[in-house]
Amino acid sequence: MGSKIAELLDKTATKIILAIVLGFIVGALALAGAGYDPVASYAMMFTSIFSSPQNMIQVLILTTPNILTGLSVAFAFKTGLFNIGGEGQYLMGATAAVMVGGVFNLPPVINVLVIILAAVIAAGLYGALAGFLKARFGIHEVITTIMLNWIALYFNNYLISVPGIGLKNTQYSFPIQQNAWTNVLSSWKTSSQGQVYLAAHPTLNTILLGTDINYGFIIAIVVALLISFLLYRTTFGYQIRAVGLNKDAAEGAGIKVKKNIVMTMFIAGGLSGVAGALQMTGTAPHALVTLATQPGYGFNGITVALMANSSPIGCIFTALLLSGLQFGGSTIQMNLGAPSEVVNIMIGVIVFFVAVASMFTMISERLKRRRIKVAD
Amino acid sequence: MNAQQQYAVEMQSIYKYFDTFCALNSVNLKVKKGSIHALLGENGAGKTTLMNILYGLYRPDSGKILINGEPVEMKNPNVAIEHKIGMVHQHFKLVEKFTVAQNIILGQEVVKAGCILDLARARKQVRELSQTYGLAVDPDAKIEDISVGMQQRVEILKALYRGVEILILDEPTAVLTPQEISELVNTMHNLTANGKTIIIITHKLKEIKKSSEYCTIIRRGKYIDTVDVKSVTEQMLASKMVGREVNLIVEKTKANPQDVIFSIDNLTIEDNRKIERVKDFSLSVRRGEIVGIAGIDGNGQKELVEAITCLTKVKSGKISLNGVELQNTSPHNVIENGICTIHEDRQKRGLVLDFPVKYNFILENHHKPQFAAHYVLKEQAISKFAEDSIKAYDVRPENCASEPVKALSGGNQQKVIIARELSNNPELLLAFQPTRGLDVGAIEFIHNALIKHRDSGHSILLISFELDEIINVSDRICVLYDGRIVAEFQQGEVDEYELGLLMAGGEKKDGI
Repeated sequence: MGSKIAELLDKTATKIILAIVLGFIVGALALAGAGYDPVASYAMMFTSIFSSPQNMIQVLILTTPNILTGLSVAFAFKTGLFNIGGEGQYLMGATAAVMVGGVFNLPPVINVLVIILAAVIAAGLYGALAGFLKARFGIHEVITTIMLNWIALYFNNYLISVPGIGLKNTQYSFPIQQNAWTNVLSSWKTSSQGQVYLAAHPTLNTILLGTDINYGFIIAIVVALLISFLLYRTTFGYQIRAVGLNKDAAEGAGIKVKKNIVMTMFIAGGLSGVAGALQMTGTAPHALVTLATQPGYGFNGITVALMANSSPIGCIFTALLLSGLQFGGSTIQMNLGAPSEVVNIMIGVIVFFVAVASMFTMISERLKRRRIKVAD
Repeated sequence: MNAQQQYAVEMQSIYKYFDTFCALNSVNLKVKKGSIHALLGENGAGKTTLMNILYGLYRPDSGKILINGEPVEMKNPNVAIEHKIGMVHQHFKLVEKFTVAQNIILGQEVVKAGCILDLARARKQVRELSQTYGLAVDPDAKIEDISVGMQQRVEILKALYRGVEILILDEPTAVLTPQEISELVNTMHNLTANGKTIIIITHKLKEIKKSSEYCTIIRRGKYIDTVDVKSVTEQMLASKMVGREVNLIVEKTKANPQDVIFSIDNLTIEDNRKIERVKDFSLSVRRGEIVGIAGIDGNGQKELVEAITCLTKVKSGKISLNGVELQNTSPHNVIENGICTIHEDRQKRGLVLDFPVKYNFILENHHKPQFAAHYVLKEQAISKFAEDSIKAYDVRPENCASEPVKALSGGNQQKVIIARELSNNPELLLAFQPTRGLDVGAIEFIHNALIKHRDSGHSILLISFELDEIINVSDRICVLYDGRIVAEFQQGEVDEYELGLLMAGGEKKDGI
């Protein structure tokens, strides 16, 4: 029995689940300390999501960009780079998506692919710039990506101020053409035929018209699978991981370290760019908006990647968790008056315990040692 | 003196497990007060683990420790320090930018008025200490400017400054010249004459014979024997350590060198502070010979290796293999042209420690058709290659292909590197400290592998700080001093004392 627990404790997934449980416990303590019933709060968070299909869809929509920015950070981690530039890369992707999707009128499906491609290239190059500065001049990527975030933000705002791009007297740019939207049945649901049908089916009505339900979530999962394949099955992934784990040995073996750094940052940037593109094609207003502050998906990505211990597949689940918590947090504030910040405490605790996962290894070793002593 | 107090250190039936691996299995050690006691064992035998337990860095799973007859629970190094135990680690723990005196007092500073550093008094104390024990150091020299031998004396003084009575030296001779080694042996005798007790961890038999009175041998975590050093031969010690008969002399036939394939002409290399580390260096290696470069660490070996492998740029000069110039190209190009390298620091340059063993076997060749098709790794081919290499080179444990390479012992890690580099069948194998930190058994294996490679018509450039290795393995020996070759010999023309002098900057004796 003890041995099984010890072995289980040594698995990464177990460690992460334990960290999440600890996060919930500490969150409960914080709630109780502030005078709120933790059980009722958690129940509220849970039921608010799972009681209505509309809310479940809402969480999935929130999850989509978080998966992709999470992948972006996790991918860079594998080469030993800390990509804080998800925000800027997301915005560059969104900008490219709106420019291409708003101007060109291409056949359906192809138009979405072209938009995503444009976003990958724009955001990828934006990420690669930080990679290049690191490889060529040794400037730390944390510094460059943070600064590039702000450049992207003001570039976005500038574009909206340009006549012809920004719509007069609004905070919006022109939108992506409707046939490039990735919403489920986007043209049918607004047609007269669709309206009649939906009026008769209230559940479907709330899902299709009450949310921006779109195909982004599926695309994000496919991308996560592709990234996992790229990392663990290809020569390029092999090189990236070798560089990330031991740059000197990789260099000595003839692997081009600098090229790998730039390529990694291109792909990391591209992933955040896809997040931006899918957000533009999938959610209203399908246009750029003047921003006062960073949209937050890039920073969510850091949390997602840290919670997933940089596993691409893990990012899908931790992005779901993060988005669920953020959604649930807002409902407890609305309905119980409990502070939604408790969600941030929980997330912080989870990240902390994933980071000190070695603690679980230690416990596991203690258990094993006890077993050996018993055997003696 | 009653019987109990006769021993400074007694360790009784010590057990230590790492995971399910039993690192120490009922090991006993008794060290007489005022003696020099050697702890002998192969790499991974558990000598350092045992000493780390004595120093409180690890806690034993069971067993007793007695210091001067008193049972002590070694919870952490502070307890060890309280009991006047000091340890000089293999890799020194000194602050490079500080002076000798500053390093010695670090952590136990001499102060006046409660908080003001009194360097004058510190210097005086250091000088007194160094006179008492005959350890010559300059208290005002900076660590980065003094030799390795001197740094070691600083480490020993640091321990003495803290009033140490029992001193543990972990592989103290690994980086020293023969002359420095005899100085160290003198120092050790001085210390025991002053009543100190010394435990020396080593796998060098010669030094045990020279320095120690008693020797405890452990093998694979098991206590084997404690012997009176005077009554045994080196050969007997080696057999006890390895558990079988070992050949201490490298067996090889005479070299049959052919045409020159590798040459370095007038090579000059600057380091990043624009100081010339290799100066107008020329060398040629012929097919079918092993050329050894003897020298003390820091005379340009590292720069030379990095230049040949294109990890650093050369300022001027040519490096060519089969007439193809290679300097200032890329590591990839050098490998493709037929030079493979065993790097000095296997954990830094040689291996990706967190990768499984099988991935480490393909570090240079992962993109070759043998291991990848259309950029996708062929897992089966990789596993097969790893398993074959593990068998051929006797890497242990046998089923380690999917384990991270960091789980292997040093000797087995080195075998992984040798297997990988030789699988490329390189025209020139550049071997830089190929047996660093390895035990007799592994050294024998690696030397034989090198000679086999030579006998198959290839060349080897061997750069080593171990004189025995240079003398035994090389067909031709060059002495490197201050970035230049100062002398050249055929094998058998020179002994270690003459080499030692030349390595330290002495003049070459002209025939009398």
